[in-house]
Amino acid sequence: MAWVEVPGQEKVLKPLLNTVIILGLIKCANFSPQAPAYHLILEGILILWIVRLLFSKTYKLQERSDLTEKEKEDLIEEWQPEPLVPPVSKDHPSMNYDIVSGPPSHNIVVNGKQCINFASFNFLGLLDNERVKQKALASLKKYGVGTCGPRGFYGTFDVHLELEDRLAKFMRTEEAIIYSYGFATIASAIPAYSKRGDIVFVDEAACFSIQKGLQASRSFIKYFKHNDMEDLERLLKEQEIEDQKNPRKARVTRRFVVVEGLYINTADVCPLPALVKLKYKYKVRIFLEESMSFGVLGEHGRGVTEHFGVNIDDIDLISANMENAVASIGGFCCGRSFVIDHQRLSGQGYCFSASLPPMLAAAAIEALNIMEEDPDIFSVLREKCEQVHKALQGTPGMKVLGESYAPALHLQLESSSGSRETDVRMLRRIVDYCLEKQIALTLARYLDKEERFLPPPSIRVVVTVEQTKEDIDRAASCIREAALSILK
Amino acid sequence: MTESSANKPANGEVCHRPKNGIKPGRNGFVKNHHHYHHQQPKHCYPEDKAQHTSYNGGLGLYNRPFNESFEETPLLVAVLTYMGYGILTIFGYLRDFLRDWKIERCHIAREREEQRDFVPLYQDFENFYTRNLYMRIRDSWNRPICSVPGAKVDLVERVSHDYNWTFDYTGRVVGGVINMGSYNYLGFAENTGYCAEAAAEVTMKYGVGVASTRQEMGNLDRHEEMEALVAKFLGVESAIAFGMGFATNSMNIPALSGKGCLILSDELNHASLVLGARLSGSTIRVFKHNNMQSLEKMLRDAIVHGQPRTHRPWKKILILVEGIYSMEGSIVRLPEVIALKKRFGAYLYLDEAHSIGALGPAGRGVVDYFGLDPRDVDVMMGTFTKSFGAAGGYIGGRRELIDYLRVHSHSAVYATSMSPPVVEQIITSMKCIMGEDGTTLGRERVKRLAENTVYFRRKMTEMGFIIYGNSDSPVVPMMLYLPAKIGAFGREMLKRNIGVVVVGFPATPIIESRARFCISAAHTKDMLDTALCVISEVGDLLQVKYSRHRRLPSLDRAFDHSIYDEIQD
Repeated sequence: MAWVEVPGQEKVLKPLLNTVIILGLIKCANFSPQAPAYHLILEGILILWIVRLLFSKTYKLQERSDLTEKEKEDLIEEWQPEPLVPPVSKDHPSMNYDIVSGPPSHNIVVNGKQCINFASFNFLGLLDNERVKQKALASLKKYGVGTCGPRGFYGTFDVHLELEDRLAKFMRTEEAIIYSYGFATIASAIPAYSKRGDIVFVDEAACFSIQKGLQASRSFIKYFKHNDMEDLERLLKEQEIEDQKNPRKARVTRRFVVVEGLYINTADVCPLPALVKLKYKYKVRIFLEESMSFGVLGEHGRGVTEHFGVNIDDIDLISANMENAVASIGGFCCGRSFVIDHQRLSGQGYCFSASLPPMLAAAAIEALNIMEEDPDIFSVLREKCEQVHKALQGTPGMKVLGESYAPALHLQLESSSGSRETDVRMLRRIVDYCLEKQIALTLARYLDKEERFLPPPSIRVVVTVEQTKEDIDRAASCIREAALSILK
Repeated sequence: MTESSANKPANGEVCHRPKNGIKPGRNGFVKNHHHYHHQQPKHCYPEDKAQHTSYNGGLGLYNRPFNESFEETPLLVAVLTYMGYGILTIFGYLRDFLRDWKIERCHIAREREEQRDFVPLYQDFENFYTRNLYMRIRDSWNRPICSVPGAKVDLVERVSHDYNWTFDYTGRVVGGVINMGSYNYLGFAENTGYCAEAAAEVTMKYGVGVASTRQEMGNLDRHEEMEALVAKFLGVESAIAFGMGFATNSMNIPALSGKGCLILSDELNHASLVLGARLSGSTIRVFKHNNMQSLEKMLRDAIVHGQPRTHRPWKKILILVEGIYSMEGSIVRLPEVIALKKRFGAYLYLDEAHSIGALGPAGRGVVDYFGLDPRDVDVMMGTFTKSFGAAGGYIGGRRELIDYLRVHSHSAVYATSMSPPVVEQIITSMKCIMGEDGTTLGRERVKRLAENTVYFRRKMTEMGFIIYGNSDSPVVPMMLYLPAKIGAFGREMLKRNIGVVVVGFPATPIIESRARFCISAAHTKDMLDTALCVISEVGDLLQVKYSRHRRLPSLDRAFDHSIYDEIQD
């Protein structure tokens, strides 16, 4: 009965046809030549019925579930999108920025109040350095402000080449590459190398731009406990076992460890020598973010490699911004040419963005000059850091987070009230109290929902070489007073 | 804005379409558009990339003629281009073979000995293109300059003795090169004058750095002043600025869109928009370049079918478009996009990186160009790098949006704020365009740019080049097609003291290599004539006058000095 299986009709027709056929069979069985006329008529009708069924327009069951144009229009009418952004209350803690009038240097005017700056990452006090300003001005007079193009299309200035050369020499690496935005530096560098399928081991305390770089890379991300080399080794071992199961895949899976030199979120330093050992043991590459430690740690300010006396060639890539110690804008990566040069075509923030305004590059060059001419500046900074670290000890109800030589410390509440919001509000009151007393501090700001591991709320205390002993003592006593009166 | 019913009457014809999707014929452009849709496929050579014109009939959404042309690739040229790449690839393999056997000297930087047994950092094929194709013509890019990137520019002379693997600087300067490459649309790349002086003053007062983020201690009074001015310039309630244009996109789209949201993105959107969309975690769908039918279909399907698998309705739909597409020279069909977004309740994110300052009678971008209301665009994004001769990017829109970004933008929380002299450059150049400096100099620049654009494009078409894009777009891509002509054109032009940008794969589809000219208000008529003359000469030399329409398609109107007056209200 193959003819019954007409595609598309079977679902509806089958039962009907079956009935008809069974009727027909009964008829056949009872067939007799002397069949009465009504039999023939009935059979004729039945045959016609079958023919009609066969040739009538088919309709599919699923067609019934399709929406009509009208229904579609209704759906479109009905759809209510969420608002583009949820409303933000006017008294959100990050809604109203403090306003700085005038230069954000050692003496700073915050919300109309003359203060001493303990908040800007101007570690070496180069922000209002006369020499730096003069160089920037000279550059402005020659090149104007903007570059009007990316590096590839007439956006490369001789100043950029000079700065790259100087940075490479300063860091004693083969090559350096500059970006026009500090945040974009490591965030572009990571996805230039680490691709889908690769594995990145990251410290939990890694800063936000590293997190964004990792996200853009679409690699597997494995977080290890902050500065815990055992935990890292555990993960590396796990991976090694995994690799043995599938050696073909392992041969093309790149492995990276991404760490910060001096962590911006915890103000402590990464155990680099131990990391280098692990690097060779497990054949992973190290990417080191040095925004906080470049121009700070080490005898010549070369950062955490110099601090630990690690051979800089053992680190595959170092990135740092020029917005803290160097007090300009932008960032750079340095390392061996084999690694760095790849970014010139693959670093998104490098290729697709306008280049750094030449005057900012010129300012950075002059800052490097100053750093090279006067390496004492780093030991002065270190001294100040130790002073501040010591002075802040014993602040009632608060604890200092960070190494004694870290220039950006965190003051956290000793015991949380249980609610982040209340904690933040309390810390904000301390900051406001200090602002009143002419000490400019700031809360460390985070995007609470976006951070992978949200650090506890804290007040940032930034040390610069310009702060005198008196400034530091005043700030410390001011914070103490505030803590006493507000935290009780 | 989100209630489609409330907007329906205002949307005009676009909303009331017959069910079969074919629109009434009285609107000429729509018909053409339908036509265009069928003829657009990029690699179908026998088909025509049609001339694409809309008429100002008073009934349509456009208040000015919208001429956009993408002439088809001649078949022979297409075949030759593929052959060119084929030959290059074969030679690439041959030379890789020679390098492997140490017959040819290898200039490539190598992995350290200590790390030889690590997993290779690069996959072999990853660098094949760089090594064997890009390296041959590497001298066409990254040419260092040593002056203001103005109408004329001084290049640092460099030579290569090892076929572009390394460059040596001779110490000489190639002076007075006519600059057709920088995005200096309004000519604000200047080292003298009002803007530069103001920036100099601020440099001495503030220094160049800020060393803190906006939310912490980096919110200067100048930043607030600039943002208020940007909002006023754009005609929006509020605005916020960031230190890098690329990051403005990549760090703010994630704040606006997230899981369960849909992003509809033009296929030729800039890398920063693509990255931002990807970082947001939203579902991304790509519609055909500037193709409104493709967009409409996607919007309709998205709302009707909801999210894949769960079929829940989308939380929100965000459309990402650019004002001027920097590689095509096309202008977004903004009136239609706005009509669609209103009809379907989607949100519109408009990236005006190239169009702000460069389009519109008042230089206020593509919204101004079409005479639309900026409030109809939910997110107005743009950069200060190009027309303003500064650096950075902004987002403008309703107060709630900007307030939200002030709290939630990745950039405001984690990135160092903008350098004060750069801010000053923005303030002064913007005031100049707005006429707030008490002069009409800014207006004249805007007008001059429009005139230069129309003049240059008309001449180029007359000479028989294939020029892509909109007749009012100051970005003028000229097709070269063959890979060998990329390098040749760049070099021959530089020999004759004209600096141009040439682009090939992967920035363009593999067959559509091109040169790109960026018109500036700083170009004088003489400069343009010189450039045109040289382009014609080199065009003959390299035989790149491919156009077979030796006619003036709709550009054939006498140049009208009051081009913008007709739509002034």
